[in-house]
Amino acid sequence: MITREPIYTDLADNVLIGMWRTFVLGLAGIGRAGSMTLQAICLSPLLMRSRRSRAELVRQLFVTGIKSLALITIVGMFTGMILGLQIGLELRRYNQEIYIGSAVMVSLLREMGPFMTGIILAACVGSSMAAQLGTMTVNDEVAALEIMSISPVRFLMAPRMAAMMVMTPVLSFYTSILGVIGGGIVGLTQLNVPWEQYVSNAMSIADCYDLYVGLFKAMIFGIVITGVSCYEGFTTTQGAVGVGQATRRSVITSILLILILGYIITRLFYDL
Amino acid sequence: MIRFEHVTKRLGGRNVLDDLSFEVAKGEILAIVGPSGTGKSVTLKHIIRLLTPTSGKVWVDGVEISACRGDELSRVRERFGYLFQGGALLGWMTVFDNIALPLREKTKLSEDEIGRRVNDALRMVGLDGDGGKMPNEISGGMQKRAGLARAIVGHPEIVLYDEPTSGLDPVTARTIDRLIRRLNEELGVTSVVVTHDLQGALLSADRIAMLTRGRFAEVSAPRAFVASEQPDVRAFLDAQFIPRGGFEGM
Repeated sequence: MITREPIYTDLADNVLIGMWRTFVLGLAGIGRAGSMTLQAICLSPLLMRSRRSRAELVRQLFVTGIKSLALITIVGMFTGMILGLQIGLELRRYNQEIYIGSAVMVSLLREMGPFMTGIILAACVGSSMAAQLGTMTVNDEVAALEIMSISPVRFLMAPRMAAMMVMTPVLSFYTSILGVIGGGIVGLTQLNVPWEQYVSNAMSIADCYDLYVGLFKAMIFGIVITGVSCYEGFTTTQGAVGVGQATRRSVITSILLILILGYIITRLFYDL
Repeated sequence: MIRFEHVTKRLGGRNVLDDLSFEVAKGEILAIVGPSGTGKSVTLKHIIRLLTPTSGKVWVDGVEISACRGDELSRVRERFGYLFQGGALLGWMTVFDNIALPLREKTKLSEDEIGRRVNDALRMVGLDGDGGKMPNEISGGMQKRAGLARAIVGHPEIVLYDEPTSGLDPVTARTIDRLIRRLNEELGVTSVVVTHDLQGALLSADRIAMLTRGRFAEVSAPRAFVASEQPDVRAFLDAQFIPRGGFEGM
């Protein structure tokens, strides 16, 4: 059941009991969000079964991918330009600015591409998911689905999860490519690094392993953003105020988890 | 068909339902009336297990729904139709698609058959011709009627109505009351109606229950209800200008 009652229906007698309850509620929330996320991932392949589910998946792919494209393009390009400029200025002190291609490529493929994509999607798509599902929850639409024995996780969350699992790596790759181009433009116009040399340097360091780890990281970010945002949406209470709070919490939690998981995944895949 | 056994529900530090016990027979219409905040909607949500009792049990046709989980709960719920106060239509679907949703998701009916049943349901609630509109293009009352059409399109055995006539004009409200009665007489639907509209309850219900302070102050047939001397019932009747014996004149 998605629609749940509060675990505690009475006010806490004292501060200690209140803290204990907050801890218990936090653990229960993590458990529920995790369970919903796993369910949504497992149910995603079933979306291909019916025409209506496929249409909903396409709609979510459009919302996730195409509607974020303009922002992703600008952010990707400028991230690469900033990286190129900062790294180039440092390397110029040692007359090594021709190597900015390598540095920009590695930074974007491994870290900045997935990270910037995750942040943008958490802010744009995740917040929109939390607000939409939150509004549906406070308007009893989610409860109505449950009463009709239609699982809200299958009907609402699985298409969003599948779309994010597909689009986050795609957008991350797109961000990385644009970033590399942005770095090249800065190299060419500000640091006098020939385009051919920049590209040659960048491609010499580009490794499939880095690409795969970056794409994997992006997919995990997509899962986390959807899991957190849908959980926050489904557990919204207290009308319009609650929808606002759920939206804010979804963005903050997603960004924090992106940072923490980004570090953990990097540590797991790269030896010191 | 529906049985509450000593149900207590504690919310926000107080007992919203306090040792409540009652039964609704198969094919009966029970109207639950009472002031706002006395637990009428809470009672309704226990019947379909959107809420679980703090103590006590709720039975639906021999199944303890208050203890049901997973597939068993889904099977029990498939026997219900539920009209929410606001209609609870999905905002991104047309009225037609909203009403067709339970049929498309839970049955293997052809699109032609679904279309026929949806159009029948729309006609019953007076919305024929409005199926192509989006929920935000129709009034609150029309949304409620569309919600009612969705509740009955699957031909449920039990229909729960949460304020079915609030916000409707008097003519439409009486149409809905007659529809509730008609569903009961023609299809044998068991109904529980939560309402403030005592006129409607008197018109459609077999029994009326007055809920105050978490318990039923009075449960009786409409004729006996309007003649009741119970102070809470009397106050409620007087507030709606229904005199003793007022039922005779209706």
